Amino acid sequence: MYLTSSPIDLASLLLEARPSDGALCLFVGVVRGQNEGRETTAIQYEAYGEMAEEEIGRIARDLAREFPAVRIRMVHRVGSLSVGEASVAIAAVSPHRAEAFAACRAAIDRLKTTVPIWKKELHPDGSSEWVDPTRTAGGRR
Amino acid sequence: MKVRLLHFASFREAAGRDQEMRELAAGTRVEELWRALGRELPFFARFASVPPAAVNRQYVDPGVVLREGDEVVFLPPVAGG
Repeated sequence: MYLTSSPIDLASLLLEARPSDGALCLFVGVVRGQNEGRETTAIQYEAYGEMAEEEIGRIARDLAREFPAVRIRMVHRVGSLSVGEASVAIAAVSPHRAEAFAACRAAIDRLKTTVPIWKKELHPDGSSEWVDPTRTAGGRR
Repeated sequence: MKVRLLHFASFREAAGRDQEMRELAAGTRVEELWRALGRELPFFARFASVPPAAVNRQYVDPGVVLREGDEVVFLPPVAGG
């Protein structure tokens, strides 16, 4: 299971390292308090759960082929999140750091591109909007 | 034939529901179902092209022919991360 409605347990990801590993690269996406110049109070993440699980699984299998020395764990939160909470976490573990960084970067970039997850930003005035990375600078890397 | 159409995020809000059963003629393509939605709701007619679509949880081309019992989703721009 890659999706969770509970807070992401970052400490559990650190337990992934084995004696042969020398590097654990951990990326954590957190809810930002502003986007496109507007203040954000919370974000609601919605997923097409079954397909999102399959799609993240496909990304994981592709990465396992491309980075055979690296083991990767990915977790994405769904539901309502406050500013500062972790929305996604990716741990890439390997004997050396170069491939851990590369695999971690590839994982988050692909996850943002194809996995059917959506987010709605809530503003202090009660308004809200669905984020469209194809239309705004919010898609920048 | 019948297919199950699921709606998510902005498309769910525009449709006013999260799923519906659709009776379609045999041989209906994904893009034809999208155009049918556009004739019912102006929101879906605003798009210049067919958005990414999934049938049975796999991305498909808009020309794919639908089958009895398919689960169909048109995907608003994804924004995970």
